[in-house]
Amino acid sequence: MSSPTTATRPSLISPAVTRFDWRSNVIYIAFVVVFILFAIFLSSDGFLSANNMLNIVRQTATISIMAVAMTFVIATAEIDLSVGSIAGLASVVTAMATTQWGLVPGIIAGLLSGAAIGAINGGLVALLKVPSFLVTLGMLGLAAGLAQWITSSAPQPIGNTLYVQIFGGGDFGPIPGLLVWTVVAVAIGWIAMNRTSFGRRVLATGGNPTAAAYTGISTARIKFTVLLLSGIAAAIAGMLYAGRLESGRFQWGQGDELTVIAAVILGGTSLFGGRGAIIGTLVGSLFMGLINNGLILAGLDVAQQSVVRGAIIIAAVALSRKK
Amino acid sequence: MRGIVKSFGSVEVLKSVDMDIVAGEVHALAGENGAGKSTLMKVLQGVHPITSGTIEVAGQPVVIRTTADAERAGIGMVFQEFSLIPSMTVAQNIFLNREVRGRSGLVDDRAAERAARAIFDGLGVTIDPRARVETLGTAYWQLVEIAKALAKNASVLVMDEPTASLAKHEVENLFELIDKLKSRGIAIVYISHRMDEIRRVADRITVLRDGRVVLAAGVAQLTAAEIIEAIIGRRLASDLVYRDRQLAADAPILLEATNIGSDRVLKSVSLTIRAGEIVGLAGLMGSGRTEFARVVAGMDRPTQGTLSIDGKPVRFSTPIAAQRAGIALIPEDRRDQGLVLDHSVSDNLALPVLDRVKSGAFLSISKLRELTNQLVTRFDVKVADPFAPVSRLSGGNQQKVVVAKWINTRPRLLVMDEPTSGVDIGTKTEILDIVRAFASEGNAVLFISSELPELLAVADRIIVFREGRSDRELNRDDVASEEQLQLIIQGEAA
Repeated sequence: MSSPTTATRPSLISPAVTRFDWRSNVIYIAFVVVFILFAIFLSSDGFLSANNMLNIVRQTATISIMAVAMTFVIATAEIDLSVGSIAGLASVVTAMATTQWGLVPGIIAGLLSGAAIGAINGGLVALLKVPSFLVTLGMLGLAAGLAQWITSSAPQPIGNTLYVQIFGGGDFGPIPGLLVWTVVAVAIGWIAMNRTSFGRRVLATGGNPTAAAYTGISTARIKFTVLLLSGIAAAIAGMLYAGRLESGRFQWGQGDELTVIAAVILGGTSLFGGRGAIIGTLVGSLFMGLINNGLILAGLDVAQQSVVRGAIIIAAVALSRKK
Repeated sequence: MRGIVKSFGSVEVLKSVDMDIVAGEVHALAGENGAGKSTLMKVLQGVHPITSGTIEVAGQPVVIRTTADAERAGIGMVFQEFSLIPSMTVAQNIFLNREVRGRSGLVDDRAAERAARAIFDGLGVTIDPRARVETLGTAYWQLVEIAKALAKNASVLVMDEPTASLAKHEVENLFELIDKLKSRGIAIVYISHRMDEIRRVADRITVLRDGRVVLAAGVAQLTAAEIIEAIIGRRLASDLVYRDRQLAADAPILLEATNIGSDRVLKSVSLTIRAGEIVGLAGLMGSGRTEFARVVAGMDRPTQGTLSIDGKPVRFSTPIAAQRAGIALIPEDRRDQGLVLDHSVSDNLALPVLDRVKSGAFLSISKLRELTNQLVTRFDVKVADPFAPVSRLSGGNQQKVVVAKWINTRPRLLVMDEPTSGVDIGTKTEILDIVRAFASEGNAVLFISSELPELLAVADRIIVFREGRSDRELNRDDVASEEQLQLIIQGEAA
């Protein structure tokens, strides 16, 4: 039926499609700009060498893996502040268990420590409706304290060479193992977010919880699941710290939660939920590593690095707010 | 539906309601707020399970206890508050939680987009299934909701006030679409307050009052007046009686609005309010009453026209400027806009007048106490502990706190937007008395209400808004009855 009114109905013009979307793309621009600046000013310091590039990937692998899982958490409009502490706890648990019982029990113990804390976080948020900010803030202290307590603040060396090979110390020919871990995590994250019903439920839960519930989605279960996954991802990151540095220490991962959240937000995922950009998260994470690397090469001391890094993050986030 | 009863605790909200919905018809459902319309629809939707009664779909009895049950029974809702995920695309929304999967088991967006396009083609509308919902206008949101229901093979579509946020030509498009759905054998339950729409689009009508069906008939046999009479019913003699307050005809004009327009809804509003006068604003939802209140209170700026106070033109750039000029707004949503719910009654009362409860640079607890006691007594707020959170009070007492808070700022013009919604009848009369007393001190009141009995009880003059314009001005003596005023608001009376 094509009545004349149908023909004269105003056609659909959505300006947002044609307009450049700053929010989701600013990270790519920032990455390229900073990369070019470093390439110009730091080339004599070996910034562009293949080895340095791989170094950036190695140093950001743990952040990237936690950030991929954090993208799901933030896409549901929740937050997980405990990831850094979980990484530290998992690093000492896996190191102690590997020394005591061997490789496989060590890996299982490490994963279980993250899963357990993730499940507690998720349970409190999903069932008791405690805000995730508070639950995971408490867990940040709890997990860090636990890691320090069970080790009496002592480093836990890992003698198992196969463990070190698998978890970040080894290379596959010219390719660092940590690069493989990163690529696998990003690939799984991207497919889960963009090509599975789970990803849709995550985005729906964050985008409009009421509508999601009316559509038959159990938003509580989704929130539980993303926090559980975030705990497991943080445990894997902690196990990679343990492998790369050949020991478990309660300090590993300390403060990582802020870097991880910054990477996710820079990548274009909205703190208000409903949006989740996995590739953006990866670039956000690499961007953080890029800045660290460049500032060290430039010879800045730790305090100066901190100041410049903070300023760059604020500038990038402010740009991404621009409409 | 047969003998539907729904109780909440000991309160029976639906008292044996029968309703038949025939395939391919538009069935209007009307009634006042609280008559049971939305409860009945929530029963159908699976939000509230019924207490007793039966529901049959196509001759088969069905049990609807969850939204999933309702979906299986073929009942689709087009929500009043839109239920889409703004950050997702049109196709993703339509197939949310029932994603189309490819052979790999992964979600296939292309296939979902094709299926969505097929649904839209069938409806004769053009929407890009790949567009994010947040980039679309509200009229399109509604179409997406309809498509979402159709994708689930709904045979009954419930539309709750579907035209509330639509422009005029969009309403016409919606009606065309409804005709198309009818011809496919889909039944539509059309909930509306608007007589012109009901008469334009509905085949039959069911009117609810106090949880009972009071009218069920073909629309063609009925006049607007008959429908309105069924909705309103015979009112018991109530406390809501107009008292002539003997206004001086030569009282000075306090506020004058000339040809006010804004980029939101308002086209041309002109009115005057004299000192000591209560002017009521009547009109349908979306007629521009709230928007006009916002302009007067300095929240929105007009794009045309002038506002003058005491004959001098004013331009408010902020609500603070309006407050300085003596205008206070009691907003529509008391919980969201009127109170800091977690704060105490005392703190809420003091908020706009903090400078008056200081001694030196600091807040004085004794002055705060004095102010609170004085206001609580004067406005008879029933409160056990004025330092307990205001959220613990009943709706009526919360509203009294809002009224007290603003009258205490000593405004000359009080703008009240639906000040008695969710307020019990006793408190309602008290609030009306407060308003009358306030006006009698030589102040002016702009009183917005959709509840006509109270509007007729309190207003000395009534301005009827229609489509962003001040359409009619009625002196209290011109209005003989609630029915007559309702007909004027509906645009059905000469």
